[in-house]
Amino acid sequence: MKPIETTSPQASVGAVKLIPTDDLAVSILQFSGDWVKKATIGGSASEVIAELAFKQKPHRLLLQSGDLTAWDSRLPTCLIKIGDECQRLGIDVDVAGLPEGVQGLLKLARAVPERTGARRSEQGKPMLTEVGKAVLAAWKDVQGLVYFIGEAILAGWALLRGKARFRPVDMLLCIQDAGPSALPIITLISLLVGLILAFVGAVQLSMFGAQIYIADLVGLGTVREMGALMTAVIMSGRTGAAYAAQLGTMNVNSEIDALKTMGISPMEFLVLPRLSALVLMMPLLALYSDLMGIIGGALVTVSAFDVSFLQYYNETRRAVHLSDFSVGLGKSVVFAILVAVAGCMRGMQCGRSASAVGDAATAAMVNSIVYIVVADSVITLICSRFGV
Amino acid sequence: MANPHITVMGLTMAYGDFVIQHDLNFTICRGDVFIIMGGSGCGKSTLLKHLIGLQSPAKGEVFYDTQNFWQTDASERVSIMRRIGVLYQSGALFSSLTLSENIALPLAEFTKLSRVEIQDIVSYKLALVGLAGFEDYYPSEISGGMQKRAGLARAIALDPEILFFDEPSAGLDPVSARLLDDLIINLRDTLGTTIVVVTHELASIFAIGNNSVFLDADTKTMLATGSPKKLLAESSNPKIIQFLTRGEGRAV
Repeated sequence: MKPIETTSPQASVGAVKLIPTDDLAVSILQFSGDWVKKATIGGSASEVIAELAFKQKPHRLLLQSGDLTAWDSRLPTCLIKIGDECQRLGIDVDVAGLPEGVQGLLKLARAVPERTGARRSEQGKPMLTEVGKAVLAAWKDVQGLVYFIGEAILAGWALLRGKARFRPVDMLLCIQDAGPSALPIITLISLLVGLILAFVGAVQLSMFGAQIYIADLVGLGTVREMGALMTAVIMSGRTGAAYAAQLGTMNVNSEIDALKTMGISPMEFLVLPRLSALVLMMPLLALYSDLMGIIGGALVTVSAFDVSFLQYYNETRRAVHLSDFSVGLGKSVVFAILVAVAGCMRGMQCGRSASAVGDAATAAMVNSIVYIVVADSVITLICSRFGV
Repeated sequence: MANPHITVMGLTMAYGDFVIQHDLNFTICRGDVFIIMGGSGCGKSTLLKHLIGLQSPAKGEVFYDTQNFWQTDASERVSIMRRIGVLYQSGALFSSLTLSENIALPLAEFTKLSRVEIQDIVSYKLALVGLAGFEDYYPSEISGGMQKRAGLARAIALDPEILFFDEPSAGLDPVSARLLDDLIINLRDTLGTTIVVVTHELASIFAIGNNSVFLDADTKTMLATGSPKKLLAESSNPKIIQFLTRGEGRAV
């Protein structure tokens, strides 16, 4: 009789049986066979409890091991369940007939009583409480955002006065990461977006023989809108989420605490290089994306709609003005700030667990896309009001 | 020696409405090796956060010499924080920087030393903690015990007046833990640094501590302050005796 699983060739079987004795007040509960995880057990704790509660109702229950051959955690689990139930029914339980090891484990499991109030119950909160909590959480979120933006502005001010503490090499790395490294994916996406715009317009315009105006559509569409927007969306996934994950991991590892106690502001040391790298790089990427979009549109128009490359080029030059470029570039600066703020803020507010880092990255991405689209609509509205 | 360095008066620590510890009063003198001890979850690390400026108190004051740490303005507080060094439980080295860059960071930010001088100091600090030659390793490339020692090298980079240790021996083998204790005593003896250690390692407590505060999780306040050896010999509080004897009671 060892507390180790024995591997027997035949399927292991265990059983629990309630045996009435001559004395009505006393019953015997006998455990036999293999009580291991892979065994099939005849009878269950709940069956025994039901029988005890409704049929026999003894005052005393003797637990005995008959020909118990092997056992593991399965036996004590069952015993604890029966023990708890017997306590509730007012039945005395005698464990003296069980193997010593089992008795020891039972004693150990009961040694430290459950702390009152330790168990958490999730259910039973009225809906109003939940709504209130959600509103308070949202309010706290807004406060956090305002606080973060304020700190970022202060850090930016320190940078302008030349008093910000950060390592220039970190800034260069951030620029490398947020700029040149993003070129391949920007190229691909922008080319395809230009292509799609051209196709969408071509179907309508070629009905009137006005294919040449595809150039206007693609030119204005990419320069004013799609260039900046697509770049921002790509960068929020590529860089914003990465910022959140980097800063979140640093938070988990107490690196941000270490900076604070060194007297270095994490805002200046970590957020500022990232924010300025993105603000510097994003307009350039947007400009590049404009170029790629126009090339994509030209590819479709020249190859399939009977417009020469020179015609397309001239029409684009005629349609797109410098003011259109400035609208696009202005937008991309705003988007850069939003992506960097969302990413860095979520990273700095990150909790101290692995899943919190994941949540921070997700939240950064979701927030920045929402901010981008809202800001884009507001800017577009303002521009159309003023006729820019 | 009885020259107060840090004075804590009526300190109450809380997360929102949830009070961790209330009404803490104790004094850490210059050159002390001061132990913050108590069972798990009693708020030792939270107390440390209040002393090093990461969390502001719900009530009460912390004085550095005669300066009120939490009542002065932020720039004053930062200048106090520059006089302290902290070794975090995990080392908290910047994982994107090499050991030498980690240690050079505070030196480059807060001193006007040349690059060569900084490199010399970095090598010297690494040698002090027994990591000579590991300048160009990244924190992820060395073992946990080495990370901790590298963290100590960074904490002492600016020759701080006060060094804080958060569970220095957690996760170290007994020999490394002992070496770290010796290093702590050495720093105190040679540089006169005041040392504050959060720990529940009995061996360390008796080996290095000459002053302490005992926090209790149930009553949410401190039960005693004073030298650990004296507490063991003279205290009448069963909780303290149980803690200091691993629950075995005082040998008579």
